[in-house]
Amino acid sequence: MGKNIRMKAEGVNFFYGKNQVLKNITLEIHDHAVTAIIGPSGCGKSTFIRLLNRMNELVLNTNLEGDILFDGESIVGDQMDPVELRRKVGMVFQKPNPFPKSIFDNIAYGLQVNGVKDKDLIEKKVIESIKKAALWEEVKNRLHDSALGLSGGQQQRLCIARCLAIEPEVILFDEPCASLDPISTHKVEELILELKKDYTIVIVTHNMQQAARVSDYTGFFYMGEMVEFDKTEVIFTRPRDKRTEDYITGRFG
Amino acid sequence: MNRRIKEKIIEGFFFLNGIIVILILAGIFILLLKNSIPAFREVSLQHFLSRPIWNPDAYEQPMYGLLPMLVSSFMVTLGSLIVAVPLGIGTAAYLSDVASPRVREIAKPVVEILAGIPSVVIGFLGIVLLGPFISKMTGTYNGLNALNGSILLAVMALPTVISLSEDALTSVPRSYEEASLALGANKWQTVIRVKIPAAASGVLAACMLGMGRAIGETMTVLMATGNAAAFPTSFLGSVKTMTATIAIELGEVAYYTTHFHMLFAVGLILFIITFIINLISDIIFHKHTRMR
Repeated sequence: MGKNIRMKAEGVNFFYGKNQVLKNITLEIHDHAVTAIIGPSGCGKSTFIRLLNRMNELVLNTNLEGDILFDGESIVGDQMDPVELRRKVGMVFQKPNPFPKSIFDNIAYGLQVNGVKDKDLIEKKVIESIKKAALWEEVKNRLHDSALGLSGGQQQRLCIARCLAIEPEVILFDEPCASLDPISTHKVEELILELKKDYTIVIVTHNMQQAARVSDYTGFFYMGEMVEFDKTEVIFTRPRDKRTEDYITGRFG
Repeated sequence: MNRRIKEKIIEGFFFLNGIIVILILAGIFILLLKNSIPAFREVSLQHFLSRPIWNPDAYEQPMYGLLPMLVSSFMVTLGSLIVAVPLGIGTAAYLSDVASPRVREIAKPVVEILAGIPSVVIGFLGIVLLGPFISKMTGTYNGLNALNGSILLAVMALPTVISLSEDALTSVPRSYEEASLALGANKWQTVIRVKIPAAASGVLAACMLGMGRAIGETMTVLMATGNAAAFPTSFLGSVKTMTATIAIELGEVAYYTTHFHMLFAVGLILFIITFIINLISDIIFHKHTRMR
């Protein structure tokens, strides 16, 4: 595995029951870069990203073939503790999902379950993460109010802050702007570009402009297959596959 | 036209059903109230509510103090909650989040069947099984005491607590669970710190309903608690609850005496207590469902 490859899928097939949703996916995720996965609804892109932190295990009756590596180590078998993996591979979901707790407690929770007990340290990290998620100015006077009182965009940045607090190495974004307005979307995109300096990022999106704006690499998924993977500029200017070209020019999707 | 009349009739029928239930409830309340009032011609309300002795058969001066049986009822109810609440919530958490689907499919109906065991059978177990065991462990005479009653009532309240708590936990949005797991929390941390708080009102309502069941239960406590009318002093002492007092004494009392009417007054108090408990749990439960 190359030096700057953090995660790698090797010949991944994935089934819900008998229904195969991913077909022979091989994909490399580069360190300190944004990798976008695009494709129409139902192409398997969300399923794929949820394999990277083993989130699909919540769904019963699934089956995985092939291997997924994180820093050269397989993450799919019993030798990898999913709890351990998720501490290093964080995730931000499609719909903002803050807990029904205060803004402060939402972020402190991740630290507490990971064994941080020092209150001063928790407070320091909470504030640090909110600042990193560009949310500080908006919430600094109401840290102990319910997180459910925030707007959708603020909630999503809170979820990002919550993820940053536990200091993952990779962050997975599963259509993070799907339920946000354009201004909030813009803020989240700016944030992703900023976070790229410190983290490895994978983002699933059905918004091609978004992929073009934020990503360095892009994979195009279609009906469970990865049709094409390359540098984002190549995908969007000189796609090799006819289906990729049709999709990015808006002929379907 | 014809169809409209039909609909009116059907509507009227269901309306009538609803009204009948309310009328029955109101009727019971009025019956209890009407039969309670004559009791206070001879005994003051203050006597009833504050005297620590219940001894209607005393030759010189009969005593009608509610307190011994009120305390007894609350003791066994509280005792049963101390056992049933942690056990019930724990079981519910296990069933909703840890158990494999196969285990859940078997365990949930079994729990619900537990609710159908006749109370006399549970009381019987209290006498032949739990009583001797308690007696042996604590050195008390026969093990028919508040502790015995509490444990049996806990067994009876458990199905309610488990079943409703499990429903509340299952209805917590999946996204909370995912968020927690994605932050590196394990299953138990997720259940205890995210799911139970999110389901708190449902779980609380479940416990309140379990409590309502326990406080009104008669046969089991009648059989298992010894029924000494003295003021209760400890969980290892015999107690006589409100329900047991009514059940034992109403069959033998002369009609329309003060004692007779006093038993109705006890029933009225019991009715009010269970009514309030059920009302509170209902309010909590509806608040819970509205929030979703």
